[in-house]
Amino acid sequence: MEPAGAGARDEEDLVDGGIGDVDGLDDVGADELRSDVDLLLRVWQNEKCAPEILPYEATLVERVREQIQLMEENIEAFATEIKDDLMLSLYRMDVNRTLFLLRSYLRARLHKIERFPIHIVDNPELWDRLSEHEQEYTNKYCEILAKHFEKTVLIRLPDQYGSMLKQTSLASEENDMITQPQLNTFVFCRSRGAIGSFQLDDKGDEAVDLMTDDLYILRYKPVRKLLVTDKIELI
Amino acid sequence: MAARSSSDAESALFSGAEVEFLAEDDTVVMVPTLRMDTLHLICGDFGPFMPQVPTSVPLWLGIAMKKRGKCRLRAPEWMTVENLTQVLELERDSPQEFQPLPFHYVEVSRLLMDNARDDLVDVYMVQTLIEDIRNVRFHKVQSGLQNLSGKTHAVKLKNLAAMEVNLIRPFFVKALEKFYIHDDEELIKPTQSEADIQLASVDRLPRRVLRPR
Repeated sequence: MEPAGAGARDEEDLVDGGIGDVDGLDDVGADELRSDVDLLLRVWQNEKCAPEILPYEATLVERVREQIQLMEENIEAFATEIKDDLMLSLYRMDVNRTLFLLRSYLRARLHKIERFPIHIVDNPELWDRLSEHEQEYTNKYCEILAKHFEKTVLIRLPDQYGSMLKQTSLASEENDMITQPQLNTFVFCRSRGAIGSFQLDDKGDEAVDLMTDDLYILRYKPVRKLLVTDKIELI
Repeated sequence: MAARSSSDAESALFSGAEVEFLAEDDTVVMVPTLRMDTLHLICGDFGPFMPQVPTSVPLWLGIAMKKRGKCRLRAPEWMTVENLTQVLELERDSPQEFQPLPFHYVEVSRLLMDNARDDLVDVYMVQTLIEDIRNVRFHKVQSGLQNLSGKTHAVKLKNLAAMEVNLIRPFFVKALEKFYIHDDEELIKPTQSEADIQLASVDRLPRRVLRPR
């Protein structure tokens, strides 16, 4: 992962103080945008904290992308018209923060794809969670990975060890060399509403009362449904 | 056994800069020293800004303007000597609980002290108090670790703050994962039932030998 939050800060250094006149800057952006950034923040945190890949937020990403593009165009236009360095730099910081968030979200997903490519390809439910571009990327990644293993290691091994997916073709009936996410890991989460008593295992002898805004460390597997239905958020 | 990766603590972890990034979205009250029209940002509309008229903005915005000398920042209500002294006292008195503080109290106070020191009152006192509160709270977290065991399926951490979560995450998660693996009954059961089958077949063997008579 690359150092975070840097984008927003770089911009400050570009524009120094000493601004004289203050002019207006009209009609930039649109209404009710706050919620989209807030949504993306939550989606980003969830994606970073969850061990498996989560459904791709296509419409949200599209909306945020449009807003960033619009804002960048506006800034360019205003930069020539109006010479208010302070306002311009604040607008640039805002765009950079949003860009950082979006990039980090997409990068967190790529990171998971690169860790569990074959697992994702093999699993239709996970496969459907990817965007079109991500699916393309995953396919190509798998292809390259297979070629690489073949060339560097597998070709030199005895036949029965020649598969990338099996330990040996004699002893293993199933593909047992595929890296999978550890779903029994523990996550820090916050309930977004009073869920009440919630079962933590199949046998039903472990339950927890999930109260609004309280913080819990829970095993991921039992609460993954709550996450997908937006009942909890990971932090 | 399918190959499983142990959870990748590195990737799940938020870097210090990322935690700070999140904290910079908290709101702060600023008193501008200039006139400026409303800012229509992607993250919301702020302003219009009038000299001496306090207005709420995200922390990053307030700090950016403060750096250019265009405003004064106001310390949030909880960041006073009075309130923090009380929090520290309560924090010490109740070994099992965490006092309610803003989720990003560590980062927000840090950012304000780094960037708007001259706007704060009793800044040394406030800094010391926050330091003390952090220490007391962290000590509680550490002693709470002793309560973790294989039977731990959920840990409730009421009022724990972002920086504290981030600090304890790698160790807590690793510890709980290991406890969970070693406590897994399904791993123990199969060997037991295999043993049962063997015993049963041993029981039956002599009878079969007797039957032909």
